[in-house]
Amino acid sequence: MKVPYEKPVIRKVQIGLSNKFGSLYGRHIRPEIDGVPVSDLVTRFGSPLFVFSERRLREKYRQLYQLFSTRYPNVQFSWSYKTNYLDAICAILHQEGETAEVVSEFEYEKARRLGVKGEEIIFNGPYKPLSALKRAAEEGALINIDHFDEIYDLEEVAEELGRPIKVGIRLNMDTGISPQWTRFGFNLESGQAFDAAKRLVSGEKLILCGLHCHLGTFLLEPRAYAKAVEKMVDFAYQLQEAFDLQIEYLDLGGGFPSRNRLKGIYLPPEIAVPPLEDFAEAICDTLLSKLRPNDFPKLILETGRAIVDEAGFLITTVQASKRLPDGTRSYVLDAGVNILFTAFWYNFRVELEEDVPGPAEPCILYGPLCMNIDVVADQVQLPPLPRGARLIFSPVGAYNVTQWMQFIRYRPAVVLIDPNGQVELIREAENLEDILARERLPERLKL
Amino acid sequence: MNRLSRLAINEEGFIFDPITGNSFTTNQVGLWILERLKKGKKEEEILAEMLEYFEVDPETAERDLTDFIEQLRNYKLI
Repeated sequence: MKVPYEKPVIRKVQIGLSNKFGSLYGRHIRPEIDGVPVSDLVTRFGSPLFVFSERRLREKYRQLYQLFSTRYPNVQFSWSYKTNYLDAICAILHQEGETAEVVSEFEYEKARRLGVKGEEIIFNGPYKPLSALKRAAEEGALINIDHFDEIYDLEEVAEELGRPIKVGIRLNMDTGISPQWTRFGFNLESGQAFDAAKRLVSGEKLILCGLHCHLGTFLLEPRAYAKAVEKMVDFAYQLQEAFDLQIEYLDLGGGFPSRNRLKGIYLPPEIAVPPLEDFAEAICDTLLSKLRPNDFPKLILETGRAIVDEAGFLITTVQASKRLPDGTRSYVLDAGVNILFTAFWYNFRVELEEDVPGPAEPCILYGPLCMNIDVVADQVQLPPLPRGARLIFSPVGAYNVTQWMQFIRYRPAVVLIDPNGQVELIREAENLEDILARERLPERLKL
Repeated sequence: MNRLSRLAINEEGFIFDPITGNSFTTNQVGLWILERLKKGKKEEEILAEMLEYFEVDPETAERDLTDFIEQLRNYKLI
């Protein structure tokens, strides 16, 4: 009878280097996602593999909707396509009642193809080609204007259509946060936004009926939203008095944080990230205190990350281990920054499929790319992992499956676990044909 | 390997280096390898013994032994 084996390790005993927050690694084990064993998922669909939980997605949306709709009577969420525009994810959120918020003609077409009506689309962004503006205006989409040139474009479209177009304008303003996003929309404090409104009114081809803003991304300060609401309501009444305009909606954009750990933030997200209640309260309380009696313009929220991030997981497999010259343990995984774009700004939660004996040590997790920048996580406390061990990264539901790159490797499959635990493929893994489909090799260069 | 002979190693895997004052901990397999290294056994011999003694496949054992020796070298214990 042989003796059970564990990987041999040796560690230096460090005295006097205690961490007042305790160990960052409590050995997280995740043998399954929503009741489906990780090993089954990998056997069926391969590794790496993106896994989305329909249950978590719907629950998060409902939680957020409830937080706002119980505090303010006129709330509409609009799904931010750029955060995750997989058809299945969008369809779930449209089923839940979200409209679509798009920032390009591609996203617009994707939403329309999915069955979203034109009037249920909000069209944002700094570049909307004339043809896209025309289609959006024809189909009744809500267009938020970003700059003066777009006013001219839309006036041209209105003339062509022979009728005025209802529009909103995007504002940027100082809400006390840094960095202040000033590149989108019209500045409020400088008077630019007022000038834009004046120009719209005098042109008589566009009807200004909404105000839009988007303060930033992963904002940890609910008071910034309160400040934005305050300024937007004041501006709406200023417009009403100056031009007899009725502002029908206030679109506060997105930017709410998810329970992810931003690089450079030492505290865990449970402590560093304010609960979403705080954001709902800041926004709705300010609205109710600033708005005139019986005036309830529609509050639009384009929340992306806070809804989808925690519904997404990435399963990855250890392909090799390596000790660096300074003694640091490192692993090569089959998933890198090519498919985990958010690795550049997050320290993900890293979980093991099954417990591995042995003491944890700080490790670096490298992706499979032959590129020095391909670091998925550094300073992760992990026990000595055998080749083939599986790691689960989360939250990865926001931005990764839109910003991922077909770079060096094919992009992997994406699956959805429905509320009954059934697994469905929602995006096939790529193959050579996907990449070659758009290439043309001139005859003279054929080998 | 003679640096190893100066180490005080107890049976729980606690290691004290009287020259540098550093302390280390190791697990049972690490301790088992250290004992053999201390006796001056060669890596190949230890590997063969590991396969006899532990429930481990040759590839894993070889990789882990190499890695363990790298760790010792990194701590300047060998």
